Amino acid sequence: MKKPVDPRLLRHAGATRVFLAASVLLGLAGALVVAQAVLVATLVVGGFQRHDQLRQLLPQLGLLALVSAGRALVAWLTELAAHRAAAAVKSQLRAALLERATGLGPGWLSDQRRGELATLATRGVDALDDYFSRYLPQLALAVVVPVVLLAVVLRADWLSALIIAATLPLIPLFMVLIGLATQQRMDRQWRSLARLSHHFLDVVEGLPTLKVFGRAKAQARTVREVTDDYRAGTMRTLRIAFVSSYTLELLSTLSVALVAVSIGLRLVDGGLSLYLGLLVLVLAPEVYTPLRQVGTHYHASVEGLSAAAEIFEVLETPLPAAGTRPVPAEAAITVSGLRVSHPAGPPALEELTLTLRPGRVTALTGPSGAGKSTLLSVLLGFTRPDSGAVAVGGVPLAELDQAGWHRQIAWLPQQPVLFAGSVADNVRLARPDADDTAVREALRSAEALGFVQSLPDGIDTRIGEGGRGLSGGQRQRVALARVFLADRPLVLLDEPTANLDGASEAAVVRAVGRLAAGRTVVLTAHRPALLALADEVYRIPLPGPVPQPVPDAAGPVGLLPPAAGGR
Amino acid sequence: MVTEAETRPRLGTASALGALALGCSIALMALSGWLIARAAQQPPVLYLMMAVTGVRTFGLGRSAFRYAERLVSHNAVLRALGALRTSVYVRLERLAPAALAFRSGDLLSRLVADVDAMQDHYLRYRLPLRSGLAVGVLTTLALGWALPSAGLLLALGLLLAGVAVPALAVAVSRGAERRQAPTRGRLTTEVVDLLSGTAELTVAGALPERLARIRATDAELRRLAARSAATAGLGSGLVTLLTGLTVTGCAALGITAVGDHSVHGVMLAVLALTPLAAFEAVAGLPMAAQIRERSLRAAQRVAEVTEAPEPVREPARPQPLPADPFPVQLRDLSAVWPGREEAALAGVGLEFTPGRRIAVVGASGSGKTTLAMLMLRFLEPRAGRITLGGVDATALDGDRVRQVIGLCAQDAHVFDSSLRENLRLARPDCAEQELWAALAAARLDDWARGLPEGLDTMVGEHGARISGGQRQRLALARALLADFPLLILDEPAEHLDLATADALTADLLAATRGRATLLITHRLAGLEAVDEIVVLDAGRIVQRGHWSELALVDGPLRRMRERERAADALTV
Repeated sequence: MKKPVDPRLLRHAGATRVFLAASVLLGLAGALVVAQAVLVATLVVGGFQRHDQLRQLLPQLGLLALVSAGRALVAWLTELAAHRAAAAVKSQLRAALLERATGLGPGWLSDQRRGELATLATRGVDALDDYFSRYLPQLALAVVVPVVLLAVVLRADWLSALIIAATLPLIPLFMVLIGLATQQRMDRQWRSLARLSHHFLDVVEGLPTLKVFGRAKAQARTVREVTDDYRAGTMRTLRIAFVSSYTLELLSTLSVALVAVSIGLRLVDGGLSLYLGLLVLVLAPEVYTPLRQVGTHYHASVEGLSAAAEIFEVLETPLPAAGTRPVPAEAAITVSGLRVSHPAGPPALEELTLTLRPGRVTALTGPSGAGKSTLLSVLLGFTRPDSGAVAVGGVPLAELDQAGWHRQIAWLPQQPVLFAGSVADNVRLARPDADDTAVREALRSAEALGFVQSLPDGIDTRIGEGGRGLSGGQRQRVALARVFLADRPLVLLDEPTANLDGASEAAVVRAVGRLAAGRTVVLTAHRPALLALADEVYRIPLPGPVPQPVPDAAGPVGLLPPAAGGR
Repeated sequence: MVTEAETRPRLGTASALGALALGCSIALMALSGWLIARAAQQPPVLYLMMAVTGVRTFGLGRSAFRYAERLVSHNAVLRALGALRTSVYVRLERLAPAALAFRSGDLLSRLVADVDAMQDHYLRYRLPLRSGLAVGVLTTLALGWALPSAGLLLALGLLLAGVAVPALAVAVSRGAERRQAPTRGRLTTEVVDLLSGTAELTVAGALPERLARIRATDAELRRLAARSAATAGLGSGLVTLLTGLTVTGCAALGITAVGDHSVHGVMLAVLALTPLAAFEAVAGLPMAAQIRERSLRAAQRVAEVTEAPEPVREPARPQPLPADPFPVQLRDLSAVWPGREEAALAGVGLEFTPGRRIAVVGASGSGKTTLAMLMLRFLEPRAGRITLGGVDATALDGDRVRQVIGLCAQDAHVFDSSLRENLRLARPDCAEQELWAALAAARLDDWARGLPEGLDTMVGEHGARISGGQRQRLALARALLADFPLLILDEPAEHLDLATADALTADLLAATRGRATLLITHRLAGLEAVDEIVVLDAGRIVQRGHWSELALVDGPLRRMRERERAADALTV
């Protein structure tokens, strides 16, 4: 069972402590219910036993109306405080979660499921609402309110107080017993909700492929089965939650009935006055209510607690040690004996040694799967090598200030991500302050201006996540325009001419030629036209027993001549 | 809505159970009041036994009915949700890929959050409304029978709390409620963008700015939520006030009535206590009205997805697939993408006989992929027709057409599952050795054999754990395994190194010998082997013929070839 109070969550609640306290205070103001009970009892006794006339009871009626107004005010403020108590913590946790997830970097993130994290950062965080706004304040009230009310009942009628005091502990006892069973189910339920949305996203994204293979209609059944499983699981959880609240309600009803019977019997034989009998009878259920509500709110907030545990798992993943050393300018990058393996797969790179000289264009070739992209990922600091070293001007890469190192680099990945927003926003990624002229210039350099201008709104055309609406080649060129606009000394290009036809390829090759002027360029390529730009060519073999670094400006014999430039 | 019919009886039961639970609760309060007042008159205990039993029954009944109501209602709603999710998927299936302009992050948000909001529509709007209405009317009548003026007052109080307050709540927060769902959608899109583009954002140094943007959206969402919390507070405050005032009023009326002996004194406790419990029936209604607004908007957004026009008209009564689907003929095909004006394809005609292989070449944007979309019945032609064995493709079920014509796309989706499952997608019943044969044809068998977990290796989300080339080969193996009579290869050798690409093209041409094939490519190497080459430019055929004819004459193909040669010359 989750601890009813997660100290980590409380630490994050700093911003809202005031509102949590306010919620508790407002809950105490619920003591107005005692005043209401006293007044109703007085009125009934007055009207029924003493045969008072209306005007004799007017003060009490006025007070009753006033108490109602007070309770209304408390009810209104309670909602406000409840919202404020949860809102700030949620925003804080959401920001912290995303900051940590992105800070841990793409290497860590690729293993995590994007959909799961997205669900956690949106719905998962929202599930904390009930925890902060209802459960925590109620927990404090559950301790204070019964004690205060019990004292009032004790003054009125000691026997009823004794009955209540004897039955009251049964409620937390049953709550703990039932809670034990619920928590595990809730944990499972939360995970299955995350899986549900991930599965749904994967299936929807793959719809065209499913249709090609005639499997799309059959998947409808899978979607139904997965949601049905979810329903069955949720019902099992809910049944326990409902049984527990049923049990608790029954317990308190029976306890109140005990009190009522003892009051009734003593009223009949005249051992108790009608006023005290009424007072105790109205108050008795109120003693049990706060405790029962803790149970109810706990069930509502368990989903949030489960999500919180996952959030803290991310937040408590230590960030990789950050380097602090300044980045040497104009320095050669040396890679020696580099070895990288995938967590659950074959080695991605074996014993690679090469040198990237400043101001030169270095091309990496080799069969697919040889680890060219992995090498770029190591250079970017996203993948930690198993062994071997990468150094910039003699300083190990891991010791460099990461942000400073990234400021030197413009990178075109193999499958660039286009973000929701306009074409111009996408090009401005590294330089948000660049003006439209600069954006156009970058698009022109990337040979993309032509098609961008033919879009409905030109560079302000909105493109979606994954760049829907643009072809593969167009996406590639918009991403290349980013690299031009970024204007950084070290340029890493992963297959810049993939997805391009002959004419566009020639254009991009020209563009890369222009880009290379005065910069260090590392590119991976299959196309000879690009290799022609290279000052040095390394062929990376498939990971195997024999490493074949070819650190030679002349390149492997028969494959490539050294070339000065692409123009 | 699709789910209405199967949900209605269950929801009816749930409403009835809810009303019974509420009724028990009110009867319990009224009877207890009476019991105590009567007891104070010190009658023989026997006179009170009926009432004592009644109090116990109502007490137990309240809990039991509430328990039953919750189980029945949640079960009904979750069942309806499953059906709703499935019907949304079924709808998406008809729309994909041409009419799905929605972004995937937004889709996720819509289908998970909006569908959940619709659950609230049943649970937290309809149920409280129905049971509240039933109980409110009955309690008013009962109290009116005891003292008509008190009944009238209670009716007035309940009406104000159950109708006027909710209406006010909705009026105050309508704008905020409406904006909440789209803002939530934007937050999800931004989060998904952030998580899928982390690497690029990190290198570009744009991460802090993106996180700040998400914080801003979050803050906006918080402001909207604050607005609806304030409204909820207003609602519950007003209901509390009305409860208190009604209790006060009924007590005053009761005291007067007892004074002039029109009501027995014992009834005074009943008159004062019943309204206290009766307002439980309407306490949830202001919230319910807000929920209604929210869920209607969510339902609208779900409908926006599901009611987009279908990109392809499926025939009402499809004809059977002809025994021999060949020849597959394309005549005068023209197409326009939804939302665009210019023709993506104009007047294209092709003919496939068994074993005939056609290559379509041209610059990106020349209409090559549109041609594939038309042949797969993913897009309705603007003009012209496609026939399979003489039968118009529009008269056939789309899935039947795709049994004949298959595709290996350059952006084929790799599912977050094992290699085996990704392959078996093409043919769920195929044997192990057929899997390996397909892998061998795509030159992936050596690699797969070297994996520690073999075919059970998980490929990760979007195939992230395997390289781009391996992803492409996996897609190719999958397409070969499906054994389509006519296979469209859309840039199959993309993302591969030149040597492997040319080797793969050679393998492909060998593997597809005897199989009708449409090869979409921009690389000319190996095209001597195909039966016909079609050069597309801006959606029109600008040149066609066999390699041997086209290579000789001056024209688009020759120019492309010279450009490619110039590039390839660098390698020699």
